[in-house]
Amino acid sequence: MSSTSDLDVLTSQDYKYGFVTDIEAESAPPGLNEDIIRWISAKKEEPGFLLEWRLKAFRHWMTMVEPTWPNVHYPPIDYQAISYYSAPKSKKDGPKSLDEVDPELLETYEKLGIPLNEREALAGVAVDAVFDSVSVATTFKGRLEEMGVIFCSFSEAVKEHPELVEKYLGTVVPFTDNFFATLNSAVFSDGSFCYVPKGVRCPMELSTYFRINAANTGQFERTLIVADEGSYVSYLEGCTAPMRDENQLHAAVVELVALDNAQIKYSTVQNWYPGDKDGKGGIYNFVTKRGACRGVNSKISWTQVETGSAITWKYPSCILIGDNSIGEFYAVAVPNNRQQADTGTKMIHLGKNTKSTIISKGVSAGRSSNTYRGLVKIQKGAQGARNFSQCDSMLMGDKCGAHTFPYLEARNPTAQVEHEATTSKIGEDQIFYCNQRGIPTEDAMSMIVNGFCKEVFRELPMEFAVEAQKLLGVSLEGSVG
Amino acid sequence: MTMLEIKNLQVSVEDKQILKGINLSVSSGEVHAVMGPNGSGKSTLAQVIAGRDTFEVTAGSVTYFGKDLLELAPEERACEGIFLAFQYPVEIPGVSNLYFLRAAVNAARKHRGEDELDAIDFMEIAKKKMASLGMDNQMVSRAVNVGFSGGEKKRNEIFQMALLEPKLAILDETDSGLDIDALKTVADGVNALRGPERAIVVVTHYQRLLNYIVPDFVHVLADGKVVRSGDKSLALELEDKGYGWLGNGARPELAVRA
Ligand SMILES: Nc1ncnc2c1ncn2[C@@H]1O[C@H](COP(=O)(O)OP(=O)(O)OP(=O)(O)O)[C@@H](O)[C@H]1O
Ligand SMILES: [Mg+2]
Repeated sequence: MSSTSDLDVLTSQDYKYGFVTDIEAESAPPGLNEDIIRWISAKKEEPGFLLEWRLKAFRHWMTMVEPTWPNVHYPPIDYQAISYYSAPKSKKDGPKSLDEVDPELLETYEKLGIPLNEREALAGVAVDAVFDSVSVATTFKGRLEEMGVIFCSFSEAVKEHPELVEKYLGTVVPFTDNFFATLNSAVFSDGSFCYVPKGVRCPMELSTYFRINAANTGQFERTLIVADEGSYVSYLEGCTAPMRDENQLHAAVVELVALDNAQIKYSTVQNWYPGDKDGKGGIYNFVTKRGACRGVNSKISWTQVETGSAITWKYPSCILIGDNSIGEFYAVAVPNNRQQADTGTKMIHLGKNTKSTIISKGVSAGRSSNTYRGLVKIQKGAQGARNFSQCDSMLMGDKCGAHTFPYLEARNPTAQVEHEATTSKIGEDQIFYCNQRGIPTEDAMSMIVNGFCKEVFRELPMEFAVEAQKLLGVSLEGSVG
Repeated sequence: MTMLEIKNLQVSVEDKQILKGINLSVSSGEVHAVMGPNGSGKSTLAQVIAGRDTFEVTAGSVTYFGKDLLELAPEERACEGIFLAFQYPVEIPGVSNLYFLRAAVNAARKHRGEDELDAIDFMEIAKKKMASLGMDNQMVSRAVNVGFSGGEKKRNEIFQMALLEPKLAILDETDSGLDIDALKTVADGVNALRGPERAIVVVTHYQRLLNYIVPDFVHVLADGKVVRSGDKSLALELEDKGYGWLGNGARPELAVRA
């Protein structure tokens, strides 16, 4: 029994979601220019304002250069070799009800453990299933509509609620924001949209399940969630992709808006194909996620568990504008083999007595590299602002690396900021202790990793805690308190 | 019946020899005490029996109920009924004690082909043991050994032992750092386990513990060898005279026992 080979057992589980769905697709030819953007926009029968917005973004993108500051390494991406749109061929207007969804697609989601049939679906979770560039089905829409909750694909929102889209789109992540967000603004194809009206507590978890299927296609989805005054919504996002030898680009944008006394809880279990052991293939996950706590006493929480992607580059952030508003970030990143992750968060305090909490847990295995990058910025007017950050890294084996870059800018003398960081190794003595109690090494490691991540797992909604547990190949039962 | 048979056991770590030919035989129903100066190899012996792979066995044999023990992985040894109460119990942050223990109990049950206990059944059993050992609810639901005082950690080892009901329990200085009440609780826990089917090996520096857990045999380890074996009076003699009078070591002919 050597501890390196034991580590391999735990960390080298096969990627179970790597199959390809054989379905006829309609794709845009590779390449990016104004014509492609017009073509996508026409395809989706979009109103003029949106096409204009896309074109402005594209023209701006042409002036930008790809960022090089993240601590990740990859060969240059040829943006002209990517196809910016791929959709399973279907009846002209897309399926109206689940009965009309292509059985091949239903089966795909079934295999992924996401039954779209409402009778079999997870009770209490409404799902919007995004397959390559389009949303293929949304469950429980009827029940949500009764409460006034709008939950649909982004394309549908553009058609049915253009005023809401126009009012909020790009207000949290402007089209000029950064290279990948700007690219997304130009070419995004679909995603999810959610609006929770005043005073409504959304009765079920809303969830989007992203699936990249087509080869040589980028996925550029956009999610917009607006929680009106006094409302509450919990939103889950899951992702997988087939195993392919070439890298695929995923550049999504998520915008959250919380008005007075509203609360949004956004959870992600990200399991994009990470590439093989030698780093061949896998998803480049370059994502911009940001929430604006616009109203007083509003609250936005990001919780994420990431095991997938060849490269992850993302910093879910909160802009705390409203007085007493709260931003939270709970993250577990588990890179393995040659995966690279540069992730973290930004908490921007503008309002008085705003509060933020950052809990980041990195578990690195194989030859992976894991970087935490966090910014806490306290502006002049943020009287009484408080932040607590804790970044813990656990190393499995000695070929992986973990780095922590906390940045702090405090412009208000009343601010209180605390930062804690630890790095530990899974101890041989811990494993032997478990072994001596009859617990095999693999289970012992799962238990130890789970214990390490507990503060984050307990923030996940129940249904997702189970998913996260499966992802880490571990039993969470009971160890989450 | 002979449970554990150790013959000429030699053990090294990083080319440094620590155990230099240990002979020891433990039968069902017996209680053995192992004493000896710091660094003489007591914990090493205990850990080798439990299967710690940092130690390399260079010669000798260990059998357990006639089977080659050194062939088995540590978790198999545990499931076969070997329990080690650690001299330095290990902390596992974020994992609740009860969860950890249920995993341990169920691993052994699975090994024996029995059904695993669900959380409710397990809780019932655990509650009884907690009461008899004076463990409070709060302590058993905390993370394994995290933030426990030295004494609490030792008590927790005995709690684990009580739940796992091992055939062979090895207690490595479980009495060190205990106040007098805790010492009695620990001794009660050990005595409750005593029986014709089980054997207990207590490693200790203090004769005091042996007033509560009365041993059938006492062995003295020095410099990686058993230099003296006797009955409980040997412990009293040691307390009186220290280890000096045994001379330094290499007199294996003294390491006899019936
Ligand atoms: N992993 C190791 N690497 C190097 N030396 C070790 C290791 N483990 C034990 N030793 C050495 O082996 C010898 C015996 O150690 P051991 O812990 O078995 O003694 P002990 O009899 O239990 O002592 P104490 O009464 O202080 O607990 C000591 O000299 C110790 O330094
Ligand atoms: Mg010792």
